[in-house]
Amino acid sequence: MSVSRRTTISKRALVAPAALAAVGLVLSACGSKAGDETAASGTTESCVNTSGDTIKVGSLNSLSGTMAISEVTVRDSIALAVEEINNSGGVLGKKIEIVAEDGASEPTVFAEKAEKLISSDCVAAVFGGWTSSSRKAMLPVFEDKNSLLYYPVQYEGLEDSKNIFYTGATTNQQIIPALDYLKEKGVKSLYLVGSDYVFPQTANREIKAYAAANGIEIKGEDYTPLGSTDFSTIVNKVRSADADAVFNTLNGDSNVAFFREYTNAGLKAADMPVVSVSIAEEEVAGIGAQNIAGQLTAWNYYQTIDSPENKKFVDAYKAKYGATKPTSDPMEAAYTSVYLWKNTAEKANSFAVEDIQNASDGVTFNAPEGLVTIDGDNHHITKTARIGEIRPDGLIYTVWDSGSPIEPDPYLTSYSWAESLASK
Amino acid sequence: MDVVIGQLFTGLSIGSILLLAALGLSLTFGQMGVINMAHGEFIMAGSYTAYVVQQVFSTAGSSLLISLLVGFFVGGAMGVLLEVTLVQRMYHRPLDTLLVTFGVGLILQQLARDIFGAPAVNVVAPEWLSGGVDILGAVVPKTRIFILVLAVVCVAVLSVALKTTPMGRRIRAVVQNRDLAETSGISSRRTDITTFFIGSGLAGIAGVALTLIGSTSSTVGQYYLIDAFLVVVVGGLGQIKGAVIAAFALGILNSYIEYSTTASIAKVILFVIIVVFLQVRPQGLFAVKTRSLV
Repeated sequence: MSVSRRTTISKRALVAPAALAAVGLVLSACGSKAGDETAASGTTESCVNTSGDTIKVGSLNSLSGTMAISEVTVRDSIALAVEEINNSGGVLGKKIEIVAEDGASEPTVFAEKAEKLISSDCVAAVFGGWTSSSRKAMLPVFEDKNSLLYYPVQYEGLEDSKNIFYTGATTNQQIIPALDYLKEKGVKSLYLVGSDYVFPQTANREIKAYAAANGIEIKGEDYTPLGSTDFSTIVNKVRSADADAVFNTLNGDSNVAFFREYTNAGLKAADMPVVSVSIAEEEVAGIGAQNIAGQLTAWNYYQTIDSPENKKFVDAYKAKYGATKPTSDPMEAAYTSVYLWKNTAEKANSFAVEDIQNASDGVTFNAPEGLVTIDGDNHHITKTARIGEIRPDGLIYTVWDSGSPIEPDPYLTSYSWAESLASK
Repeated sequence: MDVVIGQLFTGLSIGSILLLAALGLSLTFGQMGVINMAHGEFIMAGSYTAYVVQQVFSTAGSSLLISLLVGFFVGGAMGVLLEVTLVQRMYHRPLDTLLVTFGVGLILQQLARDIFGAPAVNVVAPEWLSGGVDILGAVVPKTRIFILVLAVVCVAVLSVALKTTPMGRRIRAVVQNRDLAETSGISSRRTDITTFFIGSGLAGIAGVALTLIGSTSSTVGQYYLIDAFLVVVVGGLGQIKGAVIAAFALGILNSYIEYSTTASIAKVILFVIIVVFLQVRPQGLFAVKTRSLV
C-alpha cells in the first residue's frame, strides 16, 4: 500500500511536478528552436534512454478519488505483467522499470501526469487511463509529444489515434454483440440507465440507432451525475416503463446503490434483466452478489474462462495480490497491453514510437481471453465478445460468446444503421 | 395516482437520508459554527464500523442494531479527537477550520483505503429488511422505511435531550450566548466537546444506516457532505426543526422534479431554487434570535 500512501500528499505535491513539466516544456521548446528545422514539423525529439540495461514505462492510474476502486486493480495487473516479463529476460534484453503516477480521478491530472511521464521521466510508453474523459484529456498530450498510450478499458468507440493502442473493447466487440444477444432472446423494448458523461451518452446514442434499425423500442433513458447515490426515482421510472430489459452504463459506486434499490424494490432478473457493461468481478463484491445474482454483463473476459493462459494469469495474480482478489476484464486487458507492447517492440527490434507504430499490424498475443491481434490501421485489437451471468458466488459465467475474435470497427463502418453516428 | 404516492414516499425517504446525514452537522455547524469538512468522513467511519461489526458477528440480523450503537461511539470518539486536537484551537478562524478539516477528511479517506482497500466492501442487509412493502400501489423498500423511522427517532431523541436534560440546556445556553453562559458557571469547553461528540456520533449512525442502500467505500462521505451542508443552511443555523423541514422539503421536491425531468436536471433545478430561496431568506427557514452582541 506504499503507493497509495503517497497519494495523500499528491494534492500538495502537485505543484512540483506541474512546475517541473512547465520547465521541461520551456527547455524542450528552446532546444528545438536551437536545433535543426526538422523539430519544427511538430514531432518533438524523444528523450527515451535506450542505452542502459533498463527501459522505463509509465503506469498512470487513479489511485485516489472515485475511480480508485477500479483503477488500482489495473495498476496491479500492469505490475504483474512487467514482473513476469522481467523474470523471463525482459524486452530486447532490457528489464522494464515502472514509473507509477496517480491520475486522481481527474482528467486534468491525467493530462499533467502524462506530460510529466513523457517529458521528464522519458518513458517509452504509458499504460493506463480508465474513464473516457481521462483518455480524451490525455490524447492531445500523447499526440503533441508523439509518445504511446496503451488504454486498457472498453469504451464508446468513434475514436482512433496513432499514439494510442486500445486494448479494451470498442462497441462492436461489446455493446453490439450484447444487443444482438438481447434481440435473439426476444427483447422488444429497453430502458437505458447511465452515468452522465462521455461513455454512457455516446454508447446510448449507438444503442438508440441500433434499436431504431432493429425494431426495439426505447422506453426511457436516464442519466445520473457520477457518484449519484439515490436511485429510488429511477427505479420507480423503470418499473412503470415495464421494458423487457435494462441496459446499464452506470459507472463506479452508483452501481451499488442502483442494484440494491432494484432488488429491494422487488424487480427481478427473471422479469426484467439488467445488462451491464461496466460491472466486473471486482464490482460484484462491493454490490453484494445477493443483490445482483442472475443479472447479465457484456465483456470479453471473465475470471471463469477455462484456458491454460487464463489459469496461469489468475494463479499468478492471486499469488501476488491475495487469494480472494478476483480478476476482471480491464485487468486482463491491461495485462495483455504490456505483452502486446513487448511483442511489438521485439518485432520492430526498437523502442522508438515510429517503429512500434509501423510494426504493430498483426502482432498477436495468446491472452487469457484468447488470441488477440493488433489492427495496425485503427490500433484496436481483435476480441471475443462474451455475455456473462452473475452467479451467487460472485463470479461471472459465460452464457454466450461470439465464437471467434471480432475485428475492431471503432467507427462502425460495417453497420448501415450507424452511418449518421460517425459524422456527429 | 400511484406515481404521485410512490414519489411522495421516495421524497420522504430521500428527505430522511438527507436529515440523517445533516443532523450531526446541524449541531456542529448549526449550533457551534464549525465548518467541519471531515463530517463526511465520520459518516464513512460509521459505514466501515457496520462492515467490521458484521465481520465480527457474522449474522446480519443483530449486527445492524449493534452497529448503530458502536457507530455512534466511533463517530463521536473521532469527533472528540478532532475537536480536542485541532478544532478548539481555531474557533474564531472559520476559514482555517475549513481547510484543516478538509485535510483531515483526505487523510481519513486514504486511511480507509489503506485499511480496507480501494474497492467498495459489501455490508449485507439483514433478512428482515429485504424486499419492499406495497403501500397504496407503490413498492417502498423496507430498508428505506427503516431509515425513515431511524431518522425520526434520532430527531425525537435529540430534541428531547436538548430541551429537557441539563446537558441540553447547557448546549443551548452556550449556543445562544457563550459569554453569558460562561459567567453563569457553565464550562463552555466541556459543552463544546459534548456537542461535538453528539454531532459526530450522529454522523456515525448515518453512516451505518447508509450501508443499507448505498456503497461502503472511502468516498461515501463526500457524496453526502454537500447535501448535508445545504440542508443545514436552508434550515437555518442553530435549529433542529429547520433542518427537519428543509430535509423533507428538499427530498420531496427532488423526487417530483426528478420524476418529471432527469436526475441531472433535477439537481440543477434544486440548486437554483435554493439559491433563490437564500436570496430571499439568507438566514434560512428559522434563525435563533438572541440579544447577544456577537
